[in-house]
Amino acid sequence: MIYDALWLVPLLPLIGFVCLTLLGGWLSRRAMAVLGVGSVALATALAFTIGYTFLTRPPATGHCTEVIGSWLAVGNLHVRFGLYLDALALVMMLVVTGVGLLIHLYSATFMAADSGYRRYFAYLNLFVASMLMLVLADNLLLLYLGWEMVGLCSYLLIGHDYADPVNGRAARKAFVVTRIGDAALLVGLLLLLAHWGTLQIQPLLGLAAQGWANGSALATVAAALLLTGAVGKSAQLPLQVWLPDAMAGPTPVSALIHAATMVTAGVYLIARLHTLFELAPAVQHAVAALGALTLLLASCSALLQRDIKRILAYSTISQIGYMFLALGVGAYAAALFHLMTHACFKAVLFLSAGVVINALDEEHDIYHMGGLGRQLPGTSLAFLTGAASLAALPLVSAGFYSKGLILAQTWNAPGMGVWLWTGGILGTLLTAIYIFRAFFVAFLGRPKSHARCGATAAEAVALVVLAALSVTAGFVEIPAGLGGGVQAFTGLVASALPPGPQPAHTGNLPALLELIASLTAVAGVLTAYYFFRYRPPAATAAGAHPITAAVGRLWQSGWGFDWAYERLFVRPLVMFTRANRHDAVDALFTGIAAGSRALHRGLSRTQTGRVRWYAAGIACGSFILIALMVLP
Amino acid sequence: MAEIPLTHGLLLAVILFALGLLTVLARRNVVFILMGIEIMLNAAGLAFVLGGARWGAPDGQVLFILILAVAAAEVSVGLALVLQLHHRFGSVDVDAARQMRG
Repeated sequence: MIYDALWLVPLLPLIGFVCLTLLGGWLSRRAMAVLGVGSVALATALAFTIGYTFLTRPPATGHCTEVIGSWLAVGNLHVRFGLYLDALALVMMLVVTGVGLLIHLYSATFMAADSGYRRYFAYLNLFVASMLMLVLADNLLLLYLGWEMVGLCSYLLIGHDYADPVNGRAARKAFVVTRIGDAALLVGLLLLLAHWGTLQIQPLLGLAAQGWANGSALATVAAALLLTGAVGKSAQLPLQVWLPDAMAGPTPVSALIHAATMVTAGVYLIARLHTLFELAPAVQHAVAALGALTLLLASCSALLQRDIKRILAYSTISQIGYMFLALGVGAYAAALFHLMTHACFKAVLFLSAGVVINALDEEHDIYHMGGLGRQLPGTSLAFLTGAASLAALPLVSAGFYSKGLILAQTWNAPGMGVWLWTGGILGTLLTAIYIFRAFFVAFLGRPKSHARCGATAAEAVALVVLAALSVTAGFVEIPAGLGGGVQAFTGLVASALPPGPQPAHTGNLPALLELIASLTAVAGVLTAYYFFRYRPPAATAAGAHPITAAVGRLWQSGWGFDWAYERLFVRPLVMFTRANRHDAVDALFTGIAAGSRALHRGLSRTQTGRVRWYAAGIACGSFILIALMVLP
Repeated sequence: MAEIPLTHGLLLAVILFALGLLTVLARRNVVFILMGIEIMLNAAGLAFVLGGARWGAPDGQVLFILILAVAAAEVSVGLALVLQLHHRFGSVDVDAARQMRG
């Protein structure tokens, strides 16, 4: 049975990593690329074969488990290397391997001039292996292992060009900030282990659903800890500060790790453990509120960035905000659907931005670009496709279908659904404005610089495939408002995830919601066209007013989170460590040393060489001794 | 002839010893210091003799002879040191030899 080969999917990239690490010295650059890309290609082929089998002949129970071996057996705790494949894991596996393969292929020529070529591919392979382990793990400890390993790979790859201290600083920041979430996640896992005595995900969820009352305190605490972990990894408020700085890494790394896969691990975690979150309604509402808030704040920040990669970074934060919003209202399938389309269109945006940056000799500022549409037509078209999908332009983009599904289900959510929906619609408007601002400024207009080279063949393949997916990936799910009928995606994941909120009444409402979302997106594009293409002075004038200028500075700095964290946490900690540089406990021992040194200095004072003083000393000493003997 | 009380003799020895010690501590001239030491030695010798006389034992006088021998040796070494001091520093002031800067 093909499912028995499931363990090969994470193992193949791991073998690639080991080979690249151990044999690297003897490999030519070509062999490195073949090994690095080949291992992921084999894993991808296998994953898609498994996916095909899953679609045509799904397992009877809707999932299959494969145990490779035992990992830990201590007392009552048994942890095994077990893989669990259901529709949720399948979608994640296909996204990770598919997008991963295209980005590996792209990297093969994109990084060709880099001196750390072998290191790069080794870490990228390790990342894919870890990410696959994360999504396929059947117990939480194995999931946590993958979770930490992707964090490690993220750190290593952000700091790939370690010669520049800025990159090292960004890597450390990413590592430390996500670690805050990771620590909370670990505490949450241990809490679950202590309470239920198992880390196997499915039995654990079954026990929790039966044993914990809805809204019980322990369930709330556990869900809140898991949410903190997800927030850290997925760069949501208030731990989103690391992602914009993580753009210091190579562009394909930003595409793979910081847009398509790793940052969506938090979404996967919540979807995987959705039973727990449903037991804690307060936490689930917090998920939705956090998502809505994050998507708005990040969109505002993206509006004012000049660095093309930072625009995309803020846009990633904001799109994951949409996914959290969907998770919070229980629309798990919609979140996963958006995760999939987002992986495609954000990857194509990053990869085409990479080609542009490379062609303009490391120019990141969109205001120093311009007129790239004529110089790099193919790349510009790819960027436009991605931008259209991100802005959710109606009908022709994948993002329209996934974002539409999220918005429709948010509207139907009981409670504050309408408010969340309003936030989502506002986010759609901002998204369309900021991404088309980047497009109009950088790709249209008067050329400001000369493009040195276009995309290579390998890069073009990745761009074409991802651009095609950015258009077509949405067609698997045609919303009810547009006639409905096609529900391939939600049908697939229905075996793993509960259906989202259903409309209380139908009629014209779904179609109306789709229409509003479509018009909002188009309005955003037109706004961007007016301010950044038709009459750029209008944008300058709007930004010149003192109030808008102040707001603009606030937004550009990411709402001052970095500023506040620097003062609240970083500086006090640095001061504390500086004060305690010489360990406080050490004071006892250095004190003894200093005391004996002072004693030595005092006593050596008495060695003056004055004979009569010595005689006096002897006399006094004798006098005292005799007195002591005689007097008592 | 009335016997002199032991206390008086011991008092004389103590006064002699104190005078010798004062000489050693107060005088800078090394020759006088040597003389002070001689006086202290003789004060000790006097105390031994007094003890011997008091208990009618010969030990006191034996020890006095020992002290005489020690004093003779001390003077020979001491005078040699005086000559060396004078030779090296051109003075008989002990403080001239103060070279340690403790």
